Amino acid sequence: MEKDERKVKILIAKPGLDGHDRGAKVVARALRDSGFEVIYTGLHQSLDQIVHAAMEEDVDGIGLSILSGAHMYIFPTLIEKLKEQGLDDIVVFGGGIIPTDDIPKLKEAGVKQIFLPGTALEEIIEWVRENVKPRAVSL
Amino acid sequence: MAVETKTKGGIFEEEKLEEVSEAQREWEEGPLKKEVARHPERKDRFSTISDLEIKRLYTPRDIPDFDYMKDLNFPGCYPYTRGVHTTMYRGRLWTMRQFAGFGTPEQTNERYKYLLSIGQTGLSMAFDFPTLYGRDSDDPMSRGEVGKCGVAVDTLRDFEIIFEGIPMDKVTTSMTINPPAIVLLAMYIVAAEKQGVSQDKIGGTVQNDMLKEFIAQKTWIYPPLPSLRLVRDIVVYCTHHVPKWNTISISGYHIREAGSTAVQELAFTIADGIEYVKMGIEAGLDVDAFAPRYSFFFDSHMDFFEEIAKMRAARRMWARIMREKFGAKNPRSWWMRFHTQTAGCSLTAQQPLNNIVRTAIEALAAVLGGTQSLHTNSMDETWALPTEEAVTVALRTQQIIAYETGVANTIDPLGGSYFIEALTNEMEEKAWEYINKIEDLGGIIPAIDAGYPQKEITEAAFRYQQQLEAKEKLIVGVNEYIMPGEELPIEILKVDPEVERVQFERLDEVKKRRSSERVKSLLDDLRDAAADEKENLMPIIIDLVREYATIGEIMGAMKEVFGEYRDPGYF
Repeated sequence: MEKDERKVKILIAKPGLDGHDRGAKVVARALRDSGFEVIYTGLHQSLDQIVHAAMEEDVDGIGLSILSGAHMYIFPTLIEKLKEQGLDDIVVFGGGIIPTDDIPKLKEAGVKQIFLPGTALEEIIEWVRENVKPRAVSL
Repeated sequence: MAVETKTKGGIFEEEKLEEVSEAQREWEEGPLKKEVARHPERKDRFSTISDLEIKRLYTPRDIPDFDYMKDLNFPGCYPYTRGVHTTMYRGRLWTMRQFAGFGTPEQTNERYKYLLSIGQTGLSMAFDFPTLYGRDSDDPMSRGEVGKCGVAVDTLRDFEIIFEGIPMDKVTTSMTINPPAIVLLAMYIVAAEKQGVSQDKIGGTVQNDMLKEFIAQKTWIYPPLPSLRLVRDIVVYCTHHVPKWNTISISGYHIREAGSTAVQELAFTIADGIEYVKMGIEAGLDVDAFAPRYSFFFDSHMDFFEEIAKMRAARRMWARIMREKFGAKNPRSWWMRFHTQTAGCSLTAQQPLNNIVRTAIEALAAVLGGTQSLHTNSMDETWALPTEEAVTVALRTQQIIAYETGVANTIDPLGGSYFIEALTNEMEEKAWEYINKIEDLGGIIPAIDAGYPQKEITEAAFRYQQQLEAKEKLIVGVNEYIMPGEELPIEILKVDPEVERVQFERLDEVKKRRSSERVKSLLDDLRDAAADEKENLMPIIIDLVREYATIGEIMGAMKEVFGEYRDPGYF
């Protein structure tokens, strides 16, 4: 049966203790205004809470915002935890203060894309539109 | 709110103003019209970075009621528009205070000694995220964050190392710390005591501004009311025992960095200040006993004149509020003393050397705005904590402004400019609209509960982002003058992941050596005291710190009593 055109569902999350939420909120709002269904978990989420929310809400993509320097721990650990739950088809992307040297390592760990400061919202929206598709419904 | 903001009948004569009006009409109808027809202006509408419309030209018509004595007066005189000190920078320059700290206490001690050796005049401590949230380095939520954004602190032992060889009776220290401010201040007091410096001799600042945490920075642990109770306990304790300590640094900085406009920064900060004054009075203190130890902290963003006007307006508003609304008698209660930091959010990851220029301009605005102390950001801070070279350039920027430009030769050099005075008035009027709205909501706490300032800021941040996308506002190197395929041209600092292991080991060792029984019984006392709203928790926390209780143990014990705050997540 052909899947109907349901809205792509994106979880925007702020993992860990980092409180810089300006970027996450601007991106969440821009995605919502562009027709995506957006869930923003609020600050100070543990990775288990993020995985739980992704499962509960049945999201198609997770965007993490990290400005604290903890990205080399957080991204790979999240991807590991998603795998454990059989959620490895969720597209993981992110943004924040991330040195360019770290980007190839993050991609190798399974992060689909990293957006650096100064990225146009339009570019993020376009990327999400092209790269995050509705996941097969797992019933 | 019954605070007089407008004056009628200024220093300009009515006929002279009429003359100006007439001449202006002629100018507009004549040469201006012709010029604009031939060469249209670059834009239809000129506005500040906060989207406040700016006119082509300002004349006495824009400040028709300008009353020098009422609006400005002399430096060091009410309402302090021109500065809180009589001679301002001719007497003493601002304090050059660079915010620093990273990795282990040893590394931070080394960086502080370096900063003092190159001419910095005060310390400003940056803590890592676990410390900011009152968690130990070995807490599961701390993983990946230890020592990253600042120095890791678990127990008094870390403070002893950070201040080793730094005379705590001579150096003043500003600590950017909020929910666990009470613990870190206790550590500072005990570390000084171990150097033989008693608490009445130490000087410094704790940020201790929880209201702006709920509004903008989002470093919270407990719900607003118990959070404010800890703020109060610090204010009351210091008023009696640590007289040279600045008990709250009422901060607009984080409000602005979260995306607010300049007016919102001004308004929400002053609204927070009003609440803290009420708090002190409700705690039974005389307003003149504690208000002089409140200080402020503003952002200095890229829109040069808007920032200067904001700082001038802030001083005038606070003086009027303190004298007229709260009836303070001591002129020091009327003073708005403030620290300024250049705008981190104005720096770009692209072409980072340009950030030196941005920071210099912002620093100049802070100086012309009459700041008491200043932090200049380093060019590489959109990438990481600054390298030693980058912080040196940042400090040198302040020294160049102080010693080479001549701007510190005279007081408030822009005072009397038609534009600056009109803009100062406008900032004040618009800020009052917000403050009155907040008063209508029942004060800043109910306003925060209703999400009012949070939503206003989120809205402003989004609007600005849209203006960037539409290129109505430009950022060089980001949405214009982009360098394609740009490589990162500068060295960046990496914090050694070993820090985590070093902190774990030290924490273990400290725990082995202390009397755990004594800590446990004091933690029980703390829980009991926390449950009684009237108790001041400072003395018992000082005792706990002296016994090497960890920050996580102390904050955790109070969490059992106070509960936790959850992010409403407005977007």
